[in-house]
Amino acid sequence: MAIFQQILFIAVVATTGYLLFKRILRIRNNIKLGRKTDRFDNKSERWKNTLLIAFGQKKMFKKPIAALLHLGIYVGFLVINIEGIEFFLDGLFGKHRVIARFLQGINMTGFYTVTLNIFEFLAVIVILSCVFFLIRRNILGIKRFDGIEMTHWPKLDANLILIFEIILMFAIMTMNASDQILQSRNVAGYPQTGRMIFSDIFASPFYQNLSTPALIIVERVAWWIHIIGIFAFAIYVTYSKHLHTALAFPNTYFANLNAQGKIQNMDEVTKEVKMMMGMPVENEESTNGNEGEIPRLGAKDVNDLSWVNIMNAYSCTECGRCTSQCPANLTGKKLSPRKIMMDVRNRAEEVGESIAKGGKGLEDGKSLLGDYITKEELFACTSCNACVEACPVMIDPLSIILQMRRYLSMEESGAPQSWNAMFSNIETSFAPWKFPPSDRFKWADELAKEQENADENK
Amino acid sequence: MEDKNLYKVPTMAEMAQNGESPEVLFWVGCAGSFDDRYKEVTKAFIKILNKVGIKFAVLGQEESCTGDPARRAGNEFLFQMQAMGNIQVLNGYNIKKIVTACPHCFNTIKNEYPDLGGNYEVMHHSEFLQQLINDGRITLKEGGAFEGKKITYHDSCYLGRANDVYEAPRKVLETLDAELVEMKRCKTNGLCCGAGGAQMFKEPEKGNKDINIERTEEALDTGAGIIATACPFCMTMMSDGVKNKEKEEQVKVFDLAELIAKNEKL
Ligand code: SF4
Ligand code: SF4
Repeated sequence: MAIFQQILFIAVVATTGYLLFKRILRIRNNIKLGRKTDRFDNKSERWKNTLLIAFGQKKMFKKPIAALLHLGIYVGFLVINIEGIEFFLDGLFGKHRVIARFLQGINMTGFYTVTLNIFEFLAVIVILSCVFFLIRRNILGIKRFDGIEMTHWPKLDANLILIFEIILMFAIMTMNASDQILQSRNVAGYPQTGRMIFSDIFASPFYQNLSTPALIIVERVAWWIHIIGIFAFAIYVTYSKHLHTALAFPNTYFANLNAQGKIQNMDEVTKEVKMMMGMPVENEESTNGNEGEIPRLGAKDVNDLSWVNIMNAYSCTECGRCTSQCPANLTGKKLSPRKIMMDVRNRAEEVGESIAKGGKGLEDGKSLLGDYITKEELFACTSCNACVEACPVMIDPLSIILQMRRYLSMEESGAPQSWNAMFSNIETSFAPWKFPPSDRFKWADELAKEQENADENK
Repeated sequence: MEDKNLYKVPTMAEMAQNGESPEVLFWVGCAGSFDDRYKEVTKAFIKILNKVGIKFAVLGQEESCTGDPARRAGNEFLFQMQAMGNIQVLNGYNIKKIVTACPHCFNTIKNEYPDLGGNYEVMHHSEFLQQLINDGRITLKEGGAFEGKKITYHDSCYLGRANDVYEAPRKVLETLDAELVEMKRCKTNGLCCGAGGAQMFKEPEKGNKDINIERTEEALDTGAGIIATACPFCMTMMSDGVKNKEKEEQVKVFDLAELIAKNEKL
């Protein structure tokens, strides 16, 4: 029996490892579809951000209650997974609680007891937080959990993960409870752990009356549910908005450090404008003759975006804080910054999937612009940065919107009529309105006249 | 009738001709030059500059659109043409320090011109006014026109979130000895007036409400009689909003510089 479990365990680990490796590789390749951008400067500030915003969850605390509950799940998730080490070793060696045994050997059972009680305490917190989140999401009718982009799958995804967490925590409690009863009956193979308070109080009563063989089955089943649960969770996460549990960290590290109002300069345009204006062009690189392929101006598809934009999309938690602050969305326009992020991710997944299958990839006749994101959405943005400010994991939806506008304006001449008029006003009158340039300084004359009139009236 | 009181508007060209250079260049911006309402702000700021006796200059006819709306609407070529033209003029005059009453010009010159060879110390007029206050050149006046009046300040996105300027405008308003009331959404959570990102130059997309109406409602909810702004586009949007709500008798929209100028009886 034990050897069978051991073999099964190793098979499960190997399968998980393989699937996970493939998924991570795919996501990495999808992110690398994006263009290069330099985010490797300023290491100390980047680490500071990562510590404060990713580990410290600083931006979450704009909504204190959600932040506390989320913190509960996050800390619980991180800490309880330490126990995963023992699970792993047990599975590998076909033993039960190897660490407990080891600690017993060096007279440190007390340490084990305290640690497990902390884990159990956190498990209770996680269960309570998840239940609250489920209620909030499904019953309280909070607006930011709705929206056109919140279709069947994103909604299901959000609920599934919460239910998943609850099941995992229940499995731990069940395992510990049945284990303790078995210990009290001095069944061989169940080393003393000391009292695990929460499972003893809340779970033990349900199992007290079971026979020893039945209890062993309960304990084993709970163990397997937990370990398979963790592995399944790991794979599931890569398809889910819960990828943020991993990507929030690099995403914060590589976030934009410039003033939020600054728009990235297009160096390829600078070169051309300088030549047009007869100015010297520095570091001329075109000597290596890469004339053939002129990169597209702005972004039409995911590969025109930067890799940070695509990583942003994979890090999105779909929390909707951005959309709930977006002035365009608040007033009923089609634009939703969350949808922009979800669209980028979906398109990157589609392209990646197609490439992996030997398909047409980016040349599949579709593109981010048009098939996912419409002009109407892009034109509704006021570039107010409310979405950027609101995002707890430092995502920048505005950067994507602006790059797509660039494509529309410069490659497609697809800007709205009134913007084209504004462009030609700037070209001819050097102001966005159609005033004769000679009127620019008239206000000074007006001021002088007003002053004279005022003096005369004295 | 000596024109002792006449407010002077020295141009950079004149100054350069006399071999002089200003402490600061006042970048007026297109709205400040052409928009009838915002020209009043320009004039108010000129009066303040004259009053405190700072050596300043304007570019006059040599000024040109910074290119902000073109860039935000996606026309990078046009933006860079404008930017490089302006940088040539500014660098030609060896300008070091710039102040402007437009957060869009402020953001563009401060954050975006350096990539194209334009490096200046750039201040928004709210920061500039705050400095004048800190230096004691503008002081709190008891019994001024705004004493005890309720004023609410609308954060401009390009000043606030874009450049983290939240305190300066509020410090300026404090010198009026007025009662400053905040809107539901303010500072980092401030709601856009709806005009940024080149929206000023097009009709809004389809929706169920105009953004400036939403924002104006929030401003009116504070019960303030004055909505203070620090941006030409916010000024237009909020004024239109107040008009739309038929409240223009009770509620006025003023720029910070206008409020200070009025308080100083300029
Ligand atoms: S920057 Fe654009 S997308 Fe983001 S909140 Fe403002 S209007 Fe919405
Ligand atoms: S972009 Fe940020 S704020 Fe918006 S849904 Fe995603 S994680 Fe939430």
